[in-house]
Amino acid sequence: MKLAQIFALGALAIIPCLLANTPADEAAQQQILLFGNSSEPPSLDPHINASVNGSRIINCLMEGLISYHRDNDNIPEPGVAETWEHDGSYRVWTFHFRDNARWSNGDPVTANDFVYSYNRILNPELGARYAQLLYTIKNAQAYNESKVPFSDVGIRVVDDSTLEIELEGPTPHFPNIVKHASWFPVHPPTIESAGGMVKQDSNWTRENYVGNGAFTLMEWSMNKVIIVEKNPLYWDADTVRLKEVHFFPTENANTDNQRFDAGSNHYVNTIPSDLIPTYIATGEPSLRVEPYLGTYFYRFNTRKKPLDDVSVRQALTMAINQRAIVRRITKGGQFPATGYTPPGISGYEAPELVKYNPRDARNLLAEAGFPEGKGFPKLTLIYNTSEAHRDIAIAIQQMWKSILGIDIDLRNQEWKVFLDTVQQGDYDIARAGWIGDYMYPDTFLFMWTTGNGNNETGWSNTEYDKLISNSYLEANAEKRLKMLYDAETILLEEMPIAPIYFYTRNYRLDTRVIGWNPKFLDNHPFKYVYFEN
Amino acid sequence: MIKATPGSPFDDERKVPPAVLEKQMEYYGYGDSLLNQYWNLLYRHVTIDFPPIASVPGLTSGDIIREHFGTSIELGLLGMALALLIGIPAGVLASWKKNSAFDYIPMSLSMTGICLPTFVIGPILALVFALQLKWTPVSGWFGWEYRILPALTLGLFYAAYIARMTRGGMLEVLSLDYIRTARAKGLSGAAVVLKHALRGGIMPVVSFLGPAIAGVISGSFVVETIFQVPGLGRHFVQAALNRDHSLIVTTVFFYAILIIVANIIVDIVQVYLNPKLRYD
Repeated sequence: MKLAQIFALGALAIIPCLLANTPADEAAQQQILLFGNSSEPPSLDPHINASVNGSRIINCLMEGLISYHRDNDNIPEPGVAETWEHDGSYRVWTFHFRDNARWSNGDPVTANDFVYSYNRILNPELGARYAQLLYTIKNAQAYNESKVPFSDVGIRVVDDSTLEIELEGPTPHFPNIVKHASWFPVHPPTIESAGGMVKQDSNWTRENYVGNGAFTLMEWSMNKVIIVEKNPLYWDADTVRLKEVHFFPTENANTDNQRFDAGSNHYVNTIPSDLIPTYIATGEPSLRVEPYLGTYFYRFNTRKKPLDDVSVRQALTMAINQRAIVRRITKGGQFPATGYTPPGISGYEAPELVKYNPRDARNLLAEAGFPEGKGFPKLTLIYNTSEAHRDIAIAIQQMWKSILGIDIDLRNQEWKVFLDTVQQGDYDIARAGWIGDYMYPDTFLFMWTTGNGNNETGWSNTEYDKLISNSYLEANAEKRLKMLYDAETILLEEMPIAPIYFYTRNYRLDTRVIGWNPKFLDNHPFKYVYFEN
Repeated sequence: MIKATPGSPFDDERKVPPAVLEKQMEYYGYGDSLLNQYWNLLYRHVTIDFPPIASVPGLTSGDIIREHFGTSIELGLLGMALALLIGIPAGVLASWKKNSAFDYIPMSLSMTGICLPTFVIGPILALVFALQLKWTPVSGWFGWEYRILPALTLGLFYAAYIARMTRGGMLEVLSLDYIRTARAKGLSGAAVVLKHALRGGIMPVVSFLGPAIAGVISGSFVVETIFQVPGLGRHFVQAALNRDHSLIVTTVFFYAILIIVANIIVDIVQVYLNPKLRYD
């Protein structure tokens, strides 16, 4: 054989390799979504799970009274409830179930199932992390703290397909809260046969998952893959066009991204942070940069000197150049924080009180008794170990040094140690982040009330507490938002925290995917998602 | 010691009401006194009644071992087999053709192999074989083609060690009297090396194998993470990060047994290979 022939044959042998479909191509043909889901969810029980990647899958398998809208998180979409109304004061809500809502084993979804479910998540013995989200229900908190029996909780079955929920106070945005996975039902007979209502480590999700969502659980191989398939009994099954979704728990961001490049995935949950600026610069078509309902900020420990002085806290915050941080360090399209509650919630714009102002910062520090930083004690800034947090901390250390003339120490701590240190209040300044659970500002503002477990700054303001607690009694939606606005104004004037930026979600999505819309809560109902072939 | 590290599996950025936390701690046995917790855990392990684990509700620590140990063994043994298949021939060749290209090239490669950690080799292999050549998948653990890259990554590192050890062992043996005798009676070079010297020359490798096998099975955390292999190594590390005391105790317990067993087997093999170690 001549050399030329050998080359020609070799070239022929390579062609099929180049033309061969990748797994992602083949899956797209069959309407199967291959999803890089970052890590193994510890649980798929809606009342036990507390992880984001778990709740993505639970949202496929279960449906609450009200669902997420396909493109707008502010709009409630009918779920198990076909219609709902309130008593005129937003205090008592009645949900009317659709008659074709079914569990995946064929049983009808009834009002009693929801009562059982709310009894379960609120039951003190279950110790559910997200039980707090149901505290809007009358006496729910008291029951969760073992102070009253369940019969006192404001949930009532009118008939099999009508559920009445009485709330602690008027709540105009109640339909937005109900969308959260903690409000999802569970199938009572399944729970009972797997050890009962309050068994914390019940393994019903692993053995026999009975759900009422658009998909059912087909396979769960730990650390390997979780496969859900279309549920033919789902009331809106005609809308569902995906046949299956495969969730791969790829923990290593680099590997996950390589999987996408090799055609093994349609979605990458976390892009390695150093690649994001490159993708933005090269206009990578699969890259998505979308606003997200979350804020990155620093906590000041107001119990410690000199951070107990408002002027000092204001000076430190004003000396942070947020714009420089998002442009030069995070580089993922984040927005400099102007307030604490991020934009996106309909009818609410946080007061823009966080501004970079070096001159005022210096003056305030001088007023507080530290002109040009003289005599300022050496504070320590702690963050949980991560390059991204370190880079931001170094930048801020430098800003404070050059603008205010003060020196601070940086210290990184392993995650659990970090959480413990902050909780003990054994810090000066600590990194933090907060992601909203639903589209209403109190998901960001309630935490700063006196003694709240998530406050952790020691900050307390009676006026703030009053505004927040009064807002829960106000039925007028506008007045209520105004109260929250006033509360946030106090928070930002007192500055127990230094807001730095509003999060964005950076991820990659196959360009063939249709029906996937940017969402502030990063919630993409898979029932509307499909491939164009 | 675990108890002294700050934090618990129930810690999270989002705090839960103290009443809820208390119920969780109570359920998973964190509320007891330290000594009671310890005895309770030990007792449950001895009676093979494994405790529930707080970071993965619904499973016991025994379930985790049952489900993932097989994968770890498979990956470890595949890696070890590759390491032996590459390492021993390379080492033998190097000692046989001492101070030639057959010696220098494999030995410098093995030096590189020892110096390069798996988290460097792994992504490089993935880049070349999965992304450029598209011969293998990037990650996962499904068909046989998914085994190649993780086993290779794990194997190359140990192959490098084994090659150097084989060479050292062989050189020592080759200078012994009985080899000279063998040569004197007119045997060919190959026969001497493979038949007589190899058995003695790989002794260091055999004694290295015991801890190494236990090591590949337990210490493949990095490889498991890079290639998304559902093995036990990741649970070993995650348990510590999550402060999941019962899972930590179980995995440590399990690995302790594994190392003891591996070493016993090696001792037996050594006696078989080297008559000098026999008592009578």
